[in-house]
Amino acid sequence: MEFKLNIGPHGTDDRVVPLKEDVLYDVIIIGGGPAALTAAVYCMRKGVSTGLVTMDFGGQLSDTSTVENYMGYSYITGVDLASKFREQVQQFEIAVVEGKKADSIEDGREKKLRLEDGSVFSARTLIITTGKSWRRLGVPGEAELTGKGVAYCAICDAPLFAGKRVVVVGGGNSGIESAIDLAKIAEHVTIIQFLAELTADKILVDAFSAFTNTTVMYEHEVVEIKGELRVESVMVKNRATGAVSELDAQGIFIEIGLIPNNALVKGLLELNEFGEINVDCACRTSLPGIFAAGDVSSVPFKQIIIAAGEGAKAALSACEYVLREP
Amino acid sequence: MAIFDDKVRKQIGDILAKLADRVNLLYFTQEMECGICKETHEFLNEFTSLSDKIGLVVFDFVKDRDKAAHYGVDKIPAIVLLDKNDNDAGLRFFGLPGGYEINSFIQSIFEVSGLKEPLPAKAAEALKKIDKDIHLQVFISLTCPYCPAAVSAAHRIALESPRVRADMVDAGAFPQLAVKYNVSSVPKTVINETIEIIGAEPIEKLIEAAAKA
Ligand SMILES: Cc1cc2nc3c(=O)[nH]c(=O)nc-3n(C[C@H](O)[C@H](O)[C@H](O)COP(=O)(O)OP(=O)(O)OC[C@H]3O[C@@H](n4cnc5c(N)ncnc54)[C@H](O)[C@@H]3O)c2cc1C
Repeated sequence: MEFKLNIGPHGTDDRVVPLKEDVLYDVIIIGGGPAALTAAVYCMRKGVSTGLVTMDFGGQLSDTSTVENYMGYSYITGVDLASKFREQVQQFEIAVVEGKKADSIEDGREKKLRLEDGSVFSARTLIITTGKSWRRLGVPGEAELTGKGVAYCAICDAPLFAGKRVVVVGGGNSGIESAIDLAKIAEHVTIIQFLAELTADKILVDAFSAFTNTTVMYEHEVVEIKGELRVESVMVKNRATGAVSELDAQGIFIEIGLIPNNALVKGLLELNEFGEINVDCACRTSLPGIFAAGDVSSVPFKQIIIAAGEGAKAALSACEYVLREP
Repeated sequence: MAIFDDKVRKQIGDILAKLADRVNLLYFTQEMECGICKETHEFLNEFTSLSDKIGLVVFDFVKDRDKAAHYGVDKIPAIVLLDKNDNDAGLRFFGLPGGYEINSFIQSIFEVSGLKEPLPAKAAEALKKIDKDIHLQVFISLTCPYCPAAVSAAHRIALESPRVRADMVDAGAFPQLAVKYNVSSVPKTVINETIEIIGAEPIEKLIEAAAKA
């Protein structure tokens, strides 16, 4: 039995305080991934008054089984790294709202951040580090059947598909990893791949090829997910011939990459063609006093160490802004 | 065989050192223990040995059926959390809270021991208005990083309201229930058999949904 301890709020020597609606903070950071948590440590050490609003601590680290390229650790689990980040933040008297989503921003000299529960917080600068989330297919049936056979988290949900027929959409690393997990227990796994080949790393493709209860449909795309109370079948189209066929399936795992969480700033900040927030080399966005860092920003390459470094940079830029514009 | 390795044992011990009031755990199992009942029993023995503020009383699901009925325990393994005065706020764990779920287990124990932030005023108000019995069943898998948040939210509501009972149910340990409630994604919260919530929602949303049950 494994225990993925991720010490909670009472577990550490935490000095965190609640974020207050009647205080004007120097900086409010939105997000809880590597970029946000690094920014938080930098801001607190600079001595500016700092708030952090996040739905969770860890961000994509919570989805990552192991990390082997974050300096100082040749091997660490995503959960362990996330709890180390969190502990480092909680040594400071930082003001935090956890478990809530930031909904909208009103710009001005004092920026107003509204959360989904209606509460409003104020700050002179904001750092947006909302990262990325799993991309949806956007086909009929997907939204209606989410949680009823349509799944996005293979490590969470694969055990519920033992002995069933499942479809995995996507032939990249996450698609093949999921397909391997599922092939161990499912009756049959069909991969639907847009391209003519799998794009996952060779080592994964080799591991996948060892299973005999699998099929790969190349140059196919999903056009509809069917079912009344639960997924019953998946309609797929051959991209070369246009022919549509129906696959019997009780589950469909969607592993087609990530999209930036930009809903908070859409219409407010300039985005690039991928929907990422345009930033310059000091993490400045198109509005003064609003900074962005990590996967949600236009910085090339999405990695933990890069997000952390960008978070540090955004924090220093924000602190400089606070000092310069009294 | 030890359930925890040295590192985890030390970590949990350090965390539990900060408990406030005593917490009493009731464990329901049976004489001929099923595999997972045996493992859960060993887990609880080791876990409770790490703090002198956690008590453990073991009941037999068959022989102590009055107790089981009293606490609404209809399946095993089952863990019931009681406060220092043996008051039952309605917090249950069905299955072994291992994997990621160790986090919700520790969190719930802390909250029962009195260490908790007050609920946001609006949430507390909405919860007070609930005037019927609410039963929350949170289905989880032990490999799901998002599930502890859903369990903690449900347990928190149960702790605050005498009308609410909240169960963690490991879909892996109770596959027949996973089928019955059509669980194909976790966390999934079933409220009074009628309302379903998929994913971990903030406590406000959960209270809102419970109000409609
Ligand atoms: C499966 C997987 C494996 C990976 N493996 C590696 C690896 O081995 N090495 C590596 O370097 N990188 C890896 N990565 C990439 C790495 O995890 C990301 O680059 C990194 O997490 C980005 O950090 P971030 O802080 O920018 O964003 P994220 O980690 O995406 O965090 C975003 C945070 O913002 C919060 N948030 C979003 N919207 C809101 C809102 N509206 N209100 C409040 N909070 C909000 C989220 O809850 C989350 O806490 C992996 C990613 C995945 C998915």
